[in-house]
Amino acid sequence: MPLSVLGTLNRMLYGTLYGMTYTIEAHGLVKRYGARAALDGFDLTVPHGTVHGLLGPNGAGKTTAVRVLTTLLRPDEGTASVAGFDVARDGAEVRRHIGLVGQHAALDEVLSGRANLEMFGRLSHLRPKAAARRAGELLDRFGLADTGRKPVKAYSGGMRRRLDLAAGLILSPPVLFLDEPTTGLDPRGRAEVWAAVRALVADGTTVLLTTQYLEEADQLAHRISVVDRGRQVAEGTPEELKKTVGGDRVEIVVHDPADLPAAAALLGPDAETDPDTRRVSAPAPDRMATLTAVVHDLRAHGIAADDVAIRRPTLDEVFLHLTRSAA
Amino acid sequence: MNRLTWALADGWTVTRREFTHWSANPGQLIAGLLFPVMVLLLFAYLLGGGIEVPGGDYREFLMPGMFAMTMVFGLEGTFTAIGNDVTKGVTDRFRSLPMASSAVVSGRAAADMLTTVLSLAVLIVCGLAIGWSADNGPGNALAAVGLLLWLRFALLWMGIWLGLKIRNPEAVMALQILVWPIGFLSNALTSPATMPGWLGAIADWNPLSSTAAAARELFGNPGWPNDSWAAAHALELALAWPLLITAVFAPLSVRAYRNLSR
Repeated sequence: MPLSVLGTLNRMLYGTLYGMTYTIEAHGLVKRYGARAALDGFDLTVPHGTVHGLLGPNGAGKTTAVRVLTTLLRPDEGTASVAGFDVARDGAEVRRHIGLVGQHAALDEVLSGRANLEMFGRLSHLRPKAAARRAGELLDRFGLADTGRKPVKAYSGGMRRRLDLAAGLILSPPVLFLDEPTTGLDPRGRAEVWAAVRALVADGTTVLLTTQYLEEADQLAHRISVVDRGRQVAEGTPEELKKTVGGDRVEIVVHDPADLPAAAALLGPDAETDPDTRRVSAPAPDRMATLTAVVHDLRAHGIAADDVAIRRPTLDEVFLHLTRSAA
Repeated sequence: MNRLTWALADGWTVTRREFTHWSANPGQLIAGLLFPVMVLLLFAYLLGGGIEVPGGDYREFLMPGMFAMTMVFGLEGTFTAIGNDVTKGVTDRFRSLPMASSAVVSGRAAADMLTTVLSLAVLIVCGLAIGWSADNGPGNALAAVGLLLWLRFALLWMGIWLGLKIRNPEAVMALQILVWPIGFLSNALTSPATMPGWLGAIADWNPLSSTAAAARELFGNPGWPNDSWAAAHALELALAWPLLITAVFAPLSVRAYRNLSR
């Protein structure tokens, strides 16, 4: 498989050439549509070989950012480079080093999976034989070998997405852009796409992923940029972002709602009570020590609990917190 | 390979996609080829009996009109295909590949021209079968075919521009329906002289009419006596109209394609 060897070499080369800097860089990108700014001073840095998540509500500017970085859209202001090439000046070079998997499965519905991959391979300037070989490799890798001859029309949502992903990987690009790769998929299809993305990252591909699903960002991304109104409002690892909304909390679900005041008293003055879910929670700075003490106190006071746990804030909370405070 | 050969190779790859569609979906191809035949039979046998061409046979008069009308009906195929690729994101994928960007358009153009040649060939065979013939020698007949394809080539650019510009499905549908009256508002099926004056003038100046009238002349088929300036200069107009359409819509198409990145 000379092609995949070449791809690996390609990526290793990029690792050494760009390992010290960023594979994707954007500074002050602005893109206006009339009075509305889809991007409004958008900054981004993604180190080599990592998965970076762009997380934000609909219309936050995630897709616009991806379209600028993949040379599909010219920004009004700002600069960006991908794999060391400027997106405005060296568009052709950028396109030689990226794969793009957009929001819609951009495939020819009438052609078979194999014919789609071969066509995109030819258009990526592979020789006919190399394009056919690469199509075969990718179909195998994404578990589509059996259905490779069927027209794409007959594919399930998850299969289409995997084929779409395969089409983005024809040249073994060192940088891959995934724009909402699992939107509209059922849980099974989503799991299939996640597994494929994880395998890519293991190969050293740099991935920029946009998503509306916090769980997806949590599962896949090394670092996350929260995007709102065309700019980055926070950036960090999922753990770091969770810390920004406050630390861990201890949470008790009491068996008898009548015990709620007593349980709240145990947790001290910062306790919050939610009668609907029979839940009491409070900050737990000492984590395990707090948990042990709470369990002990519950027993001592004869309060029956259905659940006692230390809970870390979810990305949902981070997201709501950040996008609300930016408003 | 240099840039030009890659541009040709990429264009050919895009064209071949259309052939694969044919083999995957022969029914669609056949329906597309039979549609003009159906319209032809409709007019030749159902309505044609009631139409009297002064000094000639209606079917002889009809055929060149059907040829020209088929060129106009081809417009729909072009803008539907281009529009589909844009809305489904296939165009964006093409644009994110290291391929020659001209290939998206040139490949489509070549595919549509080949479809047209095929469709014209089917219609010619049908015409011969129902008693039509080219009576002015093979040279003139070829010139007539050339003029017909020249009109189709010009309409390609209009189709590409429409496909890039018109995104919403309702507008596409409206446009598909609109092709019909534009085709009928001409001398393809009957003489503009039989229409109300103002309507006949529009039909006389329809580019389709010029090509149809010029094809009648070159094929040696009967025309309908018509003393309008446009009818008297059909040959010149059949060359000039497509040139004008291309001059307007080719740059507009290129601009619309570039504007996809705006």
